[in-house]
Amino acid sequence: MTMATVNDTLAAARGNRRKLGRDLAGLSVILALAVVGYLLFPDNLALLTRMTAIALLVLSLDLVTGYCGVATLGHAALFGTGAYAAGIAAVHFGITDPLLMLACGIFGGIVAGLLCGMVILRAHGLPQLVLSIALIHLFHEFSNKASSWTGGSDGLAGIAPDPLIGLFAFDLWGRTAYVFGIVLLAVVFTLLRLVVRSPFGMLCRGIKEDPIRIRAMGASPKVTLVKMYMISGAVAGAGGALNAISTQVVGLDSLSFTLSAESLVMLVLGGTGSLFGALTGTIVFMFFEDIVSAANPFHWLTMVGALLIAVVLFAPKGLYGTIAAAAIRWREARR
Amino acid sequence: MSAIFEVRNLKRSFGGLAVTNDVSLAMAPGDRVALIGPNGAGKTTFINLVTGNLKPDSGKVRIGGEDITRVKAIGRVRRGLVRSFQVTRLFQDMTPAEHVALAVLQRDGRAGRLFGNYLAMPEVMAEVGDLIGKLGLRDQMHRHVREIAYGQQRLLEIAVALALKPRVLLLDEPAAGVPQSDTGRIEQALADLPPNLAVLMIEHDMDLVFRFAKRVIVLAAGTIIFDGSPSDVTKDPRVREAYLGSYANAGHDA
Repeated sequence: MTMATVNDTLAAARGNRRKLGRDLAGLSVILALAVVGYLLFPDNLALLTRMTAIALLVLSLDLVTGYCGVATLGHAALFGTGAYAAGIAAVHFGITDPLLMLACGIFGGIVAGLLCGMVILRAHGLPQLVLSIALIHLFHEFSNKASSWTGGSDGLAGIAPDPLIGLFAFDLWGRTAYVFGIVLLAVVFTLLRLVVRSPFGMLCRGIKEDPIRIRAMGASPKVTLVKMYMISGAVAGAGGALNAISTQVVGLDSLSFTLSAESLVMLVLGGTGSLFGALTGTIVFMFFEDIVSAANPFHWLTMVGALLIAVVLFAPKGLYGTIAAAAIRWREARR
Repeated sequence: MSAIFEVRNLKRSFGGLAVTNDVSLAMAPGDRVALIGPNGAGKTTFINLVTGNLKPDSGKVRIGGEDITRVKAIGRVRRGLVRSFQVTRLFQDMTPAEHVALAVLQRDGRAGRLFGNYLAMPEVMAEVGDLIGKLGLRDQMHRHVREIAYGQQRLLEIAVALALKPRVLLLDEPAAGVPQSDTGRIEQALADLPPNLAVLMIEHDMDLVFRFAKRVIVLAAGTIIFDGSPSDVTKDPRVREAYLGSYANAGHDA
């Protein structure tokens, strides 16, 4: 090995260690926020758990929209399918172990991801967006009509999960569900950090910028994107399952256009193409929504709209994206 | 020596106009061929037919003896038929190291791996460092492509193509748009291409053509009108007519 390659390997190792450091920092921030949330809002753990489930949905959306450039307003299809898969497993098949329900949710999400991916990826740009809207309406209508399985517009009730690993019952205050959710989020976040840095993640970033270039390298953008859609489905499905387990009910709203659109709003708010951005957007949006809707139940949507306009105009990279860019500028200025 | 790359009677017309008309050529490993021709001669269509981005009306394309006329564009790349682009198509937010690593990983069928990072794969990094070093991009290897000079982007374009270990390399105007001061570096890179690689270069810069090519093919109105040594090409009456004719027409339009 020449001197130059030795230096490269050392530099690469340093770069790797820095990224690992950021992973650990990100993980500690999630866990610290979870503890702070628990201490600050002990009576409102249900909201925090809901926030965790939605965070999984927004992370999942970030994988296809932020990392691959796919435009979709129907991503709740993956989340809702996961929720119904977990709920139906519990109500109709007596699978009430929370980890098995989670596995059902993940599997449901993967299948929905495969289906949606194969349809949505046939088009690009505006037609792609329209296809995604059509899909979410089809999913919604299907679950509405299949009421003997899904409970229709009344929702699927009577989900009674067993104690977690046989020890921790899902209590009235939602403590078990909260801890379960946070651990799930931390595990998913760590796995996704690895995936977006992997060769596969690099391929996806390339496809986002120039699919023709990727084809000229001999790789298939279509196969890669469908694979990413399935991974995205697994993550959204895990979020749906968490929602089903913690609220013990699955409603049609989990398969709605509204939820799809809101998750996109959260992603843009936090910043696309970064897992931290997805988390930031979810937390800020849901807290803002909670506080403002309590303060002024009639005009809260106006205020959410105003916040969005402000972010898009003054921080087009999203809240996290803008802060991260400022931090990089500051570090370079100091050098 | 047997042909590594062969085009036989390739035809393609758009609305009755034959843009590629009965084109045949064969190349052996190590060949250095320049494809020239006036604007609108059908060079780009020819490249698109050969790479599989366009279907021919008739004719055959072979690589290493295998008929690939029905193989799609991605499959042709995997069989060793690699092209570079006239206007660089690089990923602005990625580094040269990432570009070359992605090409190396894709060639080895590992680009779909969900875990691991190329920085921690010593054999990939060794190849990346080697290629990047050969093309003189070492100082830029971890910077974003949008921050590096255009001439260096052209060199990276060549590095990406070489990382795929092609058997036949199609270079589409490798020096287009590069400032005069940087063309020397690109010429050097072209001179250093692997000796057993068959290279077909489309280029307008005749100085570069004469220095690089051992054989020149002239395309005009979709037909090969000359195929021979660089020293003979300027003497050929049909070639002179094709070029003068196109200049005369250009004069009319102006």
